[in-house]
Amino acid sequence: MNRFLLPAITIFVLFFSVACGPASSGAATASDSSTTYIENKGSDTIVNLALAWAERYQAEHAEARISVTGGGSGTGIAALINGTVDIANASRKIKEEEIAEAQANGVEPMEHIIARDAIAVIVNPENPVRELTLKQISDIYSGKISNWTEVGGENRPIVRLSRETNSGTHVYFLETVLRLGNSEDKTLFSMDTLLLPSSEGIVAEVRQNPNAIGYDGLGYVPKDLKMIAIAKAAGEAYVLPSIPTVNDKTYPIARDLYMYTDGEPKGIVKEYLDWIMGLEAQEIVAELGFVPASLTPSD
Amino acid sequence: MEKSLNWHEFVITRLIKASGYSAILFVALIFIFLVREGVPTFLETELSSLLSIRWYPIEEYFGILPLITGSLIVTLGATLVAVPFGIGTAVYISEIAPRWMREILKPLVELLGGLPSVVLGFLGILVLSPYLRLLLDLPTGLTAFTGSLLLGGIAVPTVVSVAEDALDAVPRAYREGAWALGATRWQTIWRVTFPAARSGVLTAVMLGIGRAIGETMTVMMVTGNAPVLALKLGSLFAPVRTMTATIAAEMGEVAGGSTHYHVLFFIGMVLFLISLGVNVAASSVVFRAKKRAERILS
Repeated sequence: MNRFLLPAITIFVLFFSVACGPASSGAATASDSSTTYIENKGSDTIVNLALAWAERYQAEHAEARISVTGGGSGTGIAALINGTVDIANASRKIKEEEIAEAQANGVEPMEHIIARDAIAVIVNPENPVRELTLKQISDIYSGKISNWTEVGGENRPIVRLSRETNSGTHVYFLETVLRLGNSEDKTLFSMDTLLLPSSEGIVAEVRQNPNAIGYDGLGYVPKDLKMIAIAKAAGEAYVLPSIPTVNDKTYPIARDLYMYTDGEPKGIVKEYLDWIMGLEAQEIVAELGFVPASLTPSD
Repeated sequence: MEKSLNWHEFVITRLIKASGYSAILFVALIFIFLVREGVPTFLETELSSLLSIRWYPIEEYFGILPLITGSLIVTLGATLVAVPFGIGTAVYISEIAPRWMREILKPLVELLGGLPSVVLGFLGILVLSPYLRLLLDLPTGLTAFTGSLLLGGIAVPTVVSVAEDALDAVPRAYREGAWALGATRWQTIWRVTFPAARSGVLTAVMLGIGRAIGETMTVMMVTGNAPVLALKLGSLFAPVRTMTATIAAEMGEVAGGSTHYHVLFFIGMVLFLISLGVNVAASSVVFRAKKRAERILS
């Protein structure tokens, strides 16, 4: 579905900027000569955020033209390596072999952490369970635990909900929670895990089913559902996901979101990235349900 | 004048002929495309992997048995709902209802057939599945049974519409003959009208099954999509994953030309063959029934 949506949004944004840019600036004559383009491509997780930023930035800077496309983190990084984009979006760190490939092409990827994304584990408010360790969540999803009594709840079967396998969140959850970050681990989701095609599907089922457990991006969790406090290991503190706990890295299921540029950003790209790290752009981050990156320079 | 008429006729005949053959051509082209994209599956995965019971494509587990059984059990459930209900409605509309009632009912049923399946899916998620979970005391309401009920609802208008036409096409003389012999209304329907319309009713049932097995959106929303092998009757009340939902959910993001991509086309091929099988079975039964009827009448 995203495949058709994203180009449409891109075209819309471009059109919008062309149609409304000069009119709102009032300095149309000056902007023509100094128009600059930024090509921005990559992760589907970030694409909505990047579009919102581009839209706001273009409204304020009539001379800037930013084209945003999705396609996945790998696509974005590949485009950066080939020199076809100015900024690559990625919801994962660049791999060693990608850095090597880039250097062979004369490109020096530079990392910018532009926001963070936390995954909240959610249950029905009727469910008395309030905290779980990562290991317990892993055992629940792998099928070793299938009744809530085993983790201190009522005598109810556990209904496991997950996003579809093509979702980046699914893969992230598999690697970080189910396999506890161990790349040798070959644990899989229990076969009877329900794979729902959308975040809304998970929210709707958790809302009405006290047996259910699900996960979702922090910003997408409605107020009437209960988030689980999570400990990295038994005996450690249980932490609820929130903007402060994600930023001080005490909440264990959170990842950084990145933008990569070729070397130190220059000119308009630098201005744009500086603006992204500023207060206004980071407020958009919070509005869209991501966690703002700390305002101090991240590296 | 006569010559130009012939010329017109020539073109029109050819056009009609071409549109007749085009259906066959399109089906053949679709099948060739499916085969071309699906057959590399056999080169890239082993048969034992395809026939395993785990479907987890991002880690190269390509067991399609859970998907096939998932589709079959949902379709079976939907058939059990749609056939009695659909045929009952058709008999009522065609044979029993007074004329004014009939004129209200028929368009209403057809309106139901035009309902977008995504709307039914939403109803399923928000209303039917919570209700079924409480009523039947299930762990979750997102089950094959929920999908069956909704698919049954989707297939009913198809069944009613075609079956009603078939019943309507039975000559009035048949019924009058039965009444003249002193048959009750029930006897007339059950012993005379219904057998006379049998081939049409069977077509209705097959079209209904075809509608159910191919439906995607609703099942993707309400059946839970867990790729579990569904072999027991109890599986009807557990989550399943159908072939259509798998293709719809995964095709959008899969890399073109990868093993996963080929396996998805292979699943499409299996789905196509199942539909073809249902249709061939139906027409052979209808054909045999016709032969027999002709023998008796002659």
